[in-house]
Amino acid sequence: MSEYILEMRNITKEFSGVKALDNVNLAIKKGEIHALCGENGAGKSTLMKVLSGVYPYKTYTGDIIINGEKKRFRTVGDSEKAGVAIIYQELALVKDITVAENIFLGKLANKAGIVNWHKTYADAKKILDEMGVGIDLNQRIKDIGVGQQQLVEIAKALVLNADILILDEPTAALTETEVELLMKILRGLKAKGVTCILITHKLNEIFEIADSVTVLRDGQTIETSDIKEINENELVRRMVGRELTQRYPQAERVPKEVMLKVEDFSYNDPGGKGLVEHISFYARAGEIVGIAGLMGAGRTELVTGLFGFFKGKTSGKILVDGEEKQIKSPKDAINAGMAMVSEDRKQYGLILKQSIRSNISISSLKQISSCSILNENKEFSEAKKYAEILGVKAHSIEMPVGALSGGNQQKVLLARCLMTKPKVLFLDEPTRGIDVGAKYEIYVLMNQLAAQGTAIVMVSSELPEVLGMSDRVLVMHEGRLVGEIDRAEATQEKIMMKASGGK
Amino acid sequence: MGNVRMKEAIKKNAKSYIMILSLLVIGMVFTVLTKGIFINPRNISMLARQMTVVGVIAVAMMFVIVAGHIDLSIGSVLGCCGTIAAVLQVWHGWNTPSAIAATIVIGAVIGAWNGFWIAYRNVPAFIATLGAQMIFQGAKLGVGKSMSIAPMRQDFSFIGQGYIPAQISWLIGIAAVAVYAGTVLNGRKSKAKYGIWQPTLAADVVKIAGCAALVLGVIFMFNNYQGIPVPVIILFAIAIIFNFVATKTTYGRSVYSIGGNMEAATLAGIKTKRITMMIYVVTGALAAFAGILLTARLDAATAAAGDGMELDAIASCVIGGVSMSGGSGKISGVLVGALIMAALDNGMSLINLENFWQYIVKGIVLILAVWADMALNDSK
Repeated sequence: MSEYILEMRNITKEFSGVKALDNVNLAIKKGEIHALCGENGAGKSTLMKVLSGVYPYKTYTGDIIINGEKKRFRTVGDSEKAGVAIIYQELALVKDITVAENIFLGKLANKAGIVNWHKTYADAKKILDEMGVGIDLNQRIKDIGVGQQQLVEIAKALVLNADILILDEPTAALTETEVELLMKILRGLKAKGVTCILITHKLNEIFEIADSVTVLRDGQTIETSDIKEINENELVRRMVGRELTQRYPQAERVPKEVMLKVEDFSYNDPGGKGLVEHISFYARAGEIVGIAGLMGAGRTELVTGLFGFFKGKTSGKILVDGEEKQIKSPKDAINAGMAMVSEDRKQYGLILKQSIRSNISISSLKQISSCSILNENKEFSEAKKYAEILGVKAHSIEMPVGALSGGNQQKVLLARCLMTKPKVLFLDEPTRGIDVGAKYEIYVLMNQLAAQGTAIVMVSSELPEVLGMSDRVLVMHEGRLVGEIDRAEATQEKIMMKASGGK
Repeated sequence: MGNVRMKEAIKKNAKSYIMILSLLVIGMVFTVLTKGIFINPRNISMLARQMTVVGVIAVAMMFVIVAGHIDLSIGSVLGCCGTIAAVLQVWHGWNTPSAIAATIVIGAVIGAWNGFWIAYRNVPAFIATLGAQMIFQGAKLGVGKSMSIAPMRQDFSFIGQGYIPAQISWLIGIAAVAVYAGTVLNGRKSKAKYGIWQPTLAADVVKIAGCAALVLGVIFMFNNYQGIPVPVIILFAIAIIFNFVATKTTYGRSVYSIGGNMEAATLAGIKTKRITMMIYVVTGALAAFAGILLTARLDAATAAAGDGMELDAIASCVIGGVSMSGGSGKISGVLVGALIMAALDNGMSLINLENFWQYIVKGIVLILAVWADMALNDSK
């Protein structure tokens, strides 16, 4: 019997020709807390989805060995039986039912299908007590905070009596006290002999709790080390691996006149709660303005609010190219010369059933019609032109857009924006979930657009991206603008300090 | 290359082939069971006439469903408007054109009522139109005093009962083929201008010839009885117009986009509320028109007119391949769906199957149609 509870050997996984994982090896010792780190897109989540059976056996190559035994998971259920439980970045809870029910979701104590609620609640209480957390079992998930939801997820995983618990960036949305509680729970689990794999890129957490650490970069394993044998600088060097300049295309940008001017802009949700408060900023033609901040800082709300896509109320002045504009709907925004690529391209961007062609042209129907009657041939040639400018890889623009890879889908959305010939372009997480190569192409394109005189406002959670692409960085914290840093002076530390509310 | 395109085209159209195949199978079964009565010109002419009322509201329903909504009120609106048309001429002595115009306007206003609640007050379409179903059921009974109202003016019943003389039918057929050929050939020029791939001229000529054969064949069949029934030609006109609206206008594109992804469509700058409102206004107007057709065909407005027809319309859409989740559907499919439903009704009546069996068979066909569609999608 080897000292490893889990080994993944030579795992390779491709998405439409792009290698997300390339011969990855991972070995986890029994009872340890093993940190898996790397930048966004390095392949961490993909690797864990392979392990948990989300990507079934045969869609990847390589071996998964648990306790010395080769495993072939066809479903998530298979991996759960083998003692692997995973808690995803996006929580998988049913919002309208209670905490206790969620903990036993799919495994409610029952006799002939009749639920034994007393046992369910008693067992749920036992689990939460063991974890040392006090959450009201009768509350519905939607009524408790994200941090507590995270804890419910962990409780859910414990029900499975898992030997191996995978946590995918569990602390991303947690407050500091919640993070401490989570760390305590993890130590408790370790004491009980549960092996944890913790995906994170927060260095302090890794050094606080992990026993060993594996770094992934661009879909490859870089190295596994005992935590005592490595320091922060070395870890960062492994994660980044190369100079930042190689990841972001260099461009000399000469900002010209102010294209977008926002004065005292606020956005309140229908309940009157301020999501964005009193923000003023500007963006000039030919520059890229980055907006940084933690999750929930109101960055997305700022750009969607400016773009007229909001529920509730906005106030303040918006000037595009020197003219004040009333923007009450995305249509108004587009007419005013704005365009936006939203952060969730499947929910807010693409119409998956339709072709690449109609997805590109949808914001510019006026251009390709007269008296409301479409000229489909003109549409075809225009859409094709923009698809080519962006390098959308597809054998025909009549293909449904749902069949494309993430990077190509993003390019289709950018093509849609370009076709409206925008003066101001909002990009919300423009490279989320796309591979390294496509990222680079999108950066090059952003530079070209800026050079042609578009003002680009980019929201990004990836600090290296913010630093690599922006001329100026605006930092948001709790709905307010708390700082503006020039490219020359911007560092990750400075941004993080302001974003987390420091001075 | 050509081969790949061909294969893709076949795969893409598998749905249509299955639909047409089912129609043929149904036709053959009834032809055998009725010893040929089903296929004789008189019955075909009757069947075609029977499908027109549901056909018109199925076209309207397609837009509603494609946009991701539903309209449960369409049957009672149809009945209500059919009754209004009768009341206006029989009790109030209005002439035919003004009665028709007023009825259609009322239908549009009723549609606007639905659209208002759904688009601007965020009431789910299912609820808003379920409520409207009850309201206009009541309105129908109130307006018509729960009576049968008859008879209609002659020029009014002509809309539902008349036939187009043979010579004129031929002229219409030839004109339709000519227009179609002109459009296809014109399209070639435009495609050439924009440098878009197109099939060879020969392939297009074959397409035109096939279409001509179909149209003229159908006219020949109708002329073997008394000519094309007027409601049938009206249904075809409506279908052609709305096919154009669905595929060639910015409005049509917006409808499909809303149904495909409401939020994305809003963010792409589509006025989703206004379009939703528009859809219901048009649906109301078409329901009114279908009510006129029904009253004209029966030469009377009855208290039961339109009852349950919304379900026939939905079934026609579903059998015709319209996705209930929105975003996709074709007028041609909906017409075939309506034809299948009408053929089932007609054939089962001919073989004297008891009424209750007709419901059961139609229900089973509906479920099978959707299952076939699902299975087909899975195999992709």
